[in-house]
Amino acid sequence: MVILAAAQRRDSDGLMATTHNSKDELWRRFALAAPYLWLLVFFLAPFAIILKISLADPVIAQPPFTPTFDATGHLSITADNFRFLLTDKLYAITYLRSVLMAAMATVLCLSLGFPMAYGIARTQPATRGLLLLLIVLPFWISFLLRVYAWMGLMNNYGVINNFLMWAGLIEQPIQMMYTDFAVFIGLVYTYLPFMVLPLYATLERMDLDLVEAAQDLGASRTRAFWDITWPLARPGVIAGCLLVFIPAMGEYVIPYLLGGPESLLIGRVLFDEFFVNRDWPLASAVAIVLLLLLVVPIVLLQRYQASDQDSSA
Amino acid sequence: MKDFIKIRGVSKHFGDFVAVDDVHLDIGKGELFSILGGSGCGKTTLLRMLAGFEIPSSGKIEIDGNDVTHQAPYDRPVNMMFQSYAIFPHMNVARNIAYGLQKEGIAKAKINKRVDEMLALVQLEDFKTRKPDQLSGGQRQRVALARALIKRPKVLLLDEPLAALDKKLRERTQFELMNIQDELGITFVVVTHDQEEAMTLSSRIAVMDKGRFQQVGTPKEIYEFPDNRFVADFIGTINTFEAVVTRMLDDRIELYSDETGTAITALGKQLFEVGQQVEVAVRPEKIFLSKDKPSNDEDTCVAGVVDDLGYLGNRSLYRIRLETGKIVQASSQNRRRSVTRFLEWDEPVWLSWRPRSAVILMD
Repeated sequence: MVILAAAQRRDSDGLMATTHNSKDELWRRFALAAPYLWLLVFFLAPFAIILKISLADPVIAQPPFTPTFDATGHLSITADNFRFLLTDKLYAITYLRSVLMAAMATVLCLSLGFPMAYGIARTQPATRGLLLLLIVLPFWISFLLRVYAWMGLMNNYGVINNFLMWAGLIEQPIQMMYTDFAVFIGLVYTYLPFMVLPLYATLERMDLDLVEAAQDLGASRTRAFWDITWPLARPGVIAGCLLVFIPAMGEYVIPYLLGGPESLLIGRVLFDEFFVNRDWPLASAVAIVLLLLLVVPIVLLQRYQASDQDSSA
Repeated sequence: MKDFIKIRGVSKHFGDFVAVDDVHLDIGKGELFSILGGSGCGKTTLLRMLAGFEIPSSGKIEIDGNDVTHQAPYDRPVNMMFQSYAIFPHMNVARNIAYGLQKEGIAKAKINKRVDEMLALVQLEDFKTRKPDQLSGGQRQRVALARALIKRPKVLLLDEPLAALDKKLRERTQFELMNIQDELGITFVVVTHDQEEAMTLSSRIAVMDKGRFQQVGTPKEIYEFPDNRFVADFIGTINTFEAVVTRMLDDRIELYSDETGTAITALGKQLFEVGQQVEVAVRPEKIFLSKDKPSNDEDTCVAGVVDDLGYLGNRSLYRIRLETGKIVQASSQNRRRSVTRFLEWDEPVWLSWRPRSAVILMD
């Protein structure tokens, strides 16, 4: 959404330059409308359906929820599902756990990804391409396969434990699989490229003279980093954090395959409500709350960025 | 103080490449010193060593009696104005200028006062709260200058300070820079590839090539008495003739050149051997053009034909073909207002120059 807003801003800048040829005008309108149409069909419409289901009662039927309008044509909606979410502590705890897990994974990705992106941006242009290729290389293999590979690595008799026991560092295998640790490894491993790429894009554009100028004016290397590099990398940091945090928050496969029964995350709850309990209305309510949890910080961020832009204008 | 900045045997290697090769230089306090050279000649590396961004591979740099060779950039009493200006894009003009003092932990009120002084110095009072992307090139240049001057450095380094400006603005800014330097008395070291800029700005110039100084001197010395072929070629245009020394006199040297087909006399006390092969150089504006043969026998006189000419408004340029086939460039001031030309294409003409205009070059 932030990205889309940025694109819009650029569009409106471009408006003034376009000629008033009617054919061009038509294309321009279409181009402007396209993202909105996309959002309408693939986001707003499904969202409306989920919202509608979340306000219904579950029934054992096909579909498994009560219709919005009953037989007499009266509106029949209920907030029971949301009320249940608030009263049952399990959900609150799971949401919190998910937010914490996703936040920690984001911080970890940032602290690993920033030096990586910085390093790549500062190497010779010829080697940069190769290094970036290495960053995206894992995407050439199925995500599921890569998660299974981690299972093979972290098993009690997997590669890592076997090696440590062979080296005589441990006597008993360390329990890694089915722990939060394994989920972390999975999250960070999977989402690191999404952090590195936007960070690289901003850092690569940055003028190195700026850092030298700061040093020249009396800033130590660390000071210059915090005064210059960090604020200028902020758009990349924000984009990277959102790209990691949002999917990590709703991640289902990684906690399901690598996590233990006690590492319950909201994606797993959502899945279970839908497919195990077949309680579609409650599952929809879980999804709606998840969405709100994600949207609110993004909107706040966007407003903050907009005000930042105004102050500079 | 003649040796405010002392550079002693400084070299810088990047792998096998020698960027700066055993440079010795003294720069006096309050001087406006230029390092002039083409791209890749090592001038920027030398400047970066003065700023502390590069550590010399060998040699020593002293500023005001202190050895700064291994000092970090932020510890040196030196500030730099970058070619790109390197203005912090996320800070407004005032914060950019204040940055250096903030890092020193000086009280806010004092910083504000200094910032206002600097803004006045570079005439940007009305732009205090502007963001860098709302400034023109000339304004950015002045912000960069104010930012680099606010800490009152002992030495200000300027990397191609005017290269990013258009011609008119460049000429005006040149004089502004000189005035500011004069006012503050800070030693300026300018790196530039533009010989005109170096000539007008500087009290002294070092001409650099392949990591070495080819000549160090005042603009006049460099222009009128170039030490070698490179300097002569690099600064302005010059005609060169291959010649053989025929006679050594007390204050003059007599030569013969196959390229002009005449004897040439040059003033000078350099020592040559009779028969030695040298090059004689004459600046285009030192060559007189006349339709009749000049009568002064001291001067070198050669006959030729106008091969090409160009009218530049204040002066005209001529390319004259000698009887030997050699092309010589000459220029003359257009003192009289006239629409008819003094010389036309293919017209025969006499070239002459005085002994003191001829310079003997060594490689």
